[in-house]
Amino acid sequence: MTILVFTIIILIGSYFAGLLGSLTGLGGGFVIIPLLTLVLNVDIHYAIGASLVSVIATSSGSAAAYVREGITNMRLGMFLEIATTIGAMCGAILAIYIPTNLIAIIFGLILICSAVLSVRKKVQVITTEKNYLAEKLRLNSSYPTPDGQTVEYSVIRVTGGFFMMVFAGIMSGLLGIGSGVLKVIAMDSIMRIPFKVSTTTSNFMIGVTASASAVVYFQRGYISPGLSMPVVIGVLLGALTGSKILVHSTSSKWLRWIFAVMVTFLAVQMIYHGLKGRI
Amino acid sequence: MDLKMKFKDKDMQLLLGQVLRAGTIISISIVFIGGVVFLYRHGFSIANYRVFNGVPDFVQHPSGIEYGILNFKGQAIIQFGIILLIATPIVRVLFSAIGFVLEKDYMYVVISLLVLSIIFLSMMSGHAG
Repeated sequence: MTILVFTIIILIGSYFAGLLGSLTGLGGGFVIIPLLTLVLNVDIHYAIGASLVSVIATSSGSAAAYVREGITNMRLGMFLEIATTIGAMCGAILAIYIPTNLIAIIFGLILICSAVLSVRKKVQVITTEKNYLAEKLRLNSSYPTPDGQTVEYSVIRVTGGFFMMVFAGIMSGLLGIGSGVLKVIAMDSIMRIPFKVSTTTSNFMIGVTASASAVVYFQRGYISPGLSMPVVIGVLLGALTGSKILVHSTSSKWLRWIFAVMVTFLAVQMIYHGLKGRI
Repeated sequence: MDLKMKFKDKDMQLLLGQVLRAGTIISISIVFIGGVVFLYRHGFSIANYRVFNGVPDFVQHPSGIEYGILNFKGQAIIQFGIILLIATPIVRVLFSAIGFVLEKDYMYVVISLLVLSIIFLSMMSGHAG
């Protein structure tokens, strides 16, 4: 296979990965890594490096739009970035010492969890409970709704959320994913933050988290320009298309299901190949 | 406008939005240009990403990348774009720190600087081994 053909295949694959990742909120990394490792036989470390770069691009691109709307909670994001960057650094260092087939197995397991969690029914509970740390850190805030109202919310269980973020960071650094689903869980299930705030704030944090591990991958030589180039361009264009579609359609429930089935299939493949020691 | 008095969360959001947008657009454009050059020069070579050998030296170290760009090497141009892309969220944290100074929210200045130093530490850990 020539580099040109290889590049075009990756570009198309990444485009669809970015599109699906954006439509479902799972992120592009979840499709890109199985595509590169299982289908195109790319070494998993290179695949993770390329995926991290694309994660940074999509996160920065969309955070740029979200942060202007005033929904993102910057203080909360900044505070939790302490947790995610520590995690990301540990994850990236771990990735060098853990055997590659074990990385594939962990990848598959996290993938299944995320798929299940992304289709589960969510109930939003906005709390006004007082939490000492949240008040001390000025995490309680408000956000504007489309009809011009302002919703006030409080943040609870700050410590629990913080530790969940360390875990999300480790997974991001180890597997080269944004781990947006884990971040959102930390924020809405544990800390009781409204969905709109948790998704935009998670997106805001993903870029920094991925950068903290990307610097390690970069210095280890795991970021290959020839591979990263089509991945980052493809995923970004796919994500842009996805965000345009999302504006025009209100329901993406069936899409979540299709994607959940698809990623479960990919996850099983990753685990199988990992167990067989073929990755 | 009196910057010290008027700098509020809203201004910070606009500033950070601009930093992120500019960083993404500039770095992706550079990656794209590098990609075109790379494919023009190497498009018909045989691809091999199966075996991990590290990347060529001229895309790994600053001096090598500088040399590569001056010699119009596609991979070095892509790598330069990728460095800018990785730097974009880090620069965003730096701007947050400045924003919090202007807002006189010193606790968050410290938190921002803490995040920056963790990333710096992470960078150093990559060097060590």
